Amino acid sequence: MNLGYYPGCALHGSSDDYEQSIRACLGALGIRLDEIDDWICCGATAAHSLNHKLATALPARNLALAQRQGCSEMLAPCPMCSGQLLRAGQALASDPALRTEIAAMVEADVDAAPRVLNIIQVFERVGLTTLAGAVAKPLKDLKPACYYGCLLVRPPTVVDFDDAEQPQSMEAVVAALGAKPVAWNFKTECCGAGMTMASPETVLELSGKILANAAAHGANCLVAACPMCHVNLDMKQSAIEDYTGVKYGLPVYYLTDLVGMALGLGAGQLGADRHFVAAREA
Amino acid sequence: MTRESLSSPESALASLAADCYQCGKCTAGCPMAPRMDAPPTKIVRLVQIGAWDAALRAESIWQCVSCQTCSTRCPKSVDCAAVMDALRQLSFERHAAPPAAQSVMLFQRAFLDNIRRYGRLNEIDLIARFKGEVFLKSRSLAFLFRDAGLARQLHQRGKLHLTGEKVRDRAVVERIFHRSGLGGAA
Repeated sequence: MNLGYYPGCALHGSSDDYEQSIRACLGALGIRLDEIDDWICCGATAAHSLNHKLATALPARNLALAQRQGCSEMLAPCPMCSGQLLRAGQALASDPALRTEIAAMVEADVDAAPRVLNIIQVFERVGLTTLAGAVAKPLKDLKPACYYGCLLVRPPTVVDFDDAEQPQSMEAVVAALGAKPVAWNFKTECCGAGMTMASPETVLELSGKILANAAAHGANCLVAACPMCHVNLDMKQSAIEDYTGVKYGLPVYYLTDLVGMALGLGAGQLGADRHFVAAREA
Repeated sequence: MTRESLSSPESALASLAADCYQCGKCTAGCPMAPRMDAPPTKIVRLVQIGAWDAALRAESIWQCVSCQTCSTRCPKSVDCAAVMDALRQLSFERHAAPPAAQSVMLFQRAFLDNIRRYGRLNEIDLIARFKGEVFLKSRSLAFLFRDAGLARQLHQRGKLHLTGEKVRDRAVVERIFHRSGLGGAA
């Protein structure tokens, strides 16, 4: 399978362990990633907060670059990026006047936007039966709390993926790997998102509740599919422990780490040895 | 309350908020509501009655984490998160953000300025500029050096990239920003 690939800034910045994990894991599944040439930032929260036009224009430029590259389907592993790409694509498709305006603004037209996929959809495309059949090391000691966060499933009018309140798609993937996902309450609660720098207490409070709920339901790790969620739950975990006075020590994996480990890849190959909370021994 | 023209940002905002019947479901699910001066339900009401000054000066619009829970759950399909976005943009453009919200606003402004210059996020540059600006406003050394220890830990994990990436066609990025009204120093 060949897929267009929009990494986004985080995966080429301090969350490059996620990119390492994605490339190793998808490579092992025979999926070839074709990175969008000269892609630019999607604008993220800063653009949709401060300048509505930019919030459409920046993703639109990327959709146009992807289209120019002949890409019909594109993986955008960061849910912030994929949400903004989907939102822009829908706005352009439904409003010809806007499409003309944005085409002039970004010097490229989008008439056939690629289908934007999140990482769970890639595993669904592979097929969970196929995936289960490829498992070399079942993750039978793992009881993950599957954490979706906000933008993988919200708003449903934009992402149209799984259930916005009670998603199960990540549980289905990890169950195919032999893990036993726990039932818990905070799988779609916000981690504090982009407030990591500007309002650290927001992250300590919101992510603290997520860790507490995962621990209370017997999870021995968390699984995330978003670089920002990973930063807040993994990198900030010791600060959260200081803030709340509760010790969690819960490893936080990217979904691709778990698939990769089940396929027989080592933590070092996947970059899972670069997390802040040490990975569990497989 | 002044009468706004049909194409004004205020009238666009008012139509976004028009269908709200104040049930409070947005506030019930909002993870930030307990800390907010004006939670989502109240913000939407302020927009409905045209209390622009109160809405634009509310700290809560900058506390909002854009989690989209309000918009997802609204029984009247009011896109409350979009109301928050539109208010933030207006508050930013009219310099109405209250002192308590400056940090979030400065961060977002520094983020966009960073993208305008490089096309992709340069994390070190963003952190340096953001910390510098907040320090100039607050003179808080504690804030300046908060998380400084993280740099070493990030470096140990190969996550600290001293030279960030730049796109080749930075000129087009600059033109896109210019056309958005945010050219030059954002």
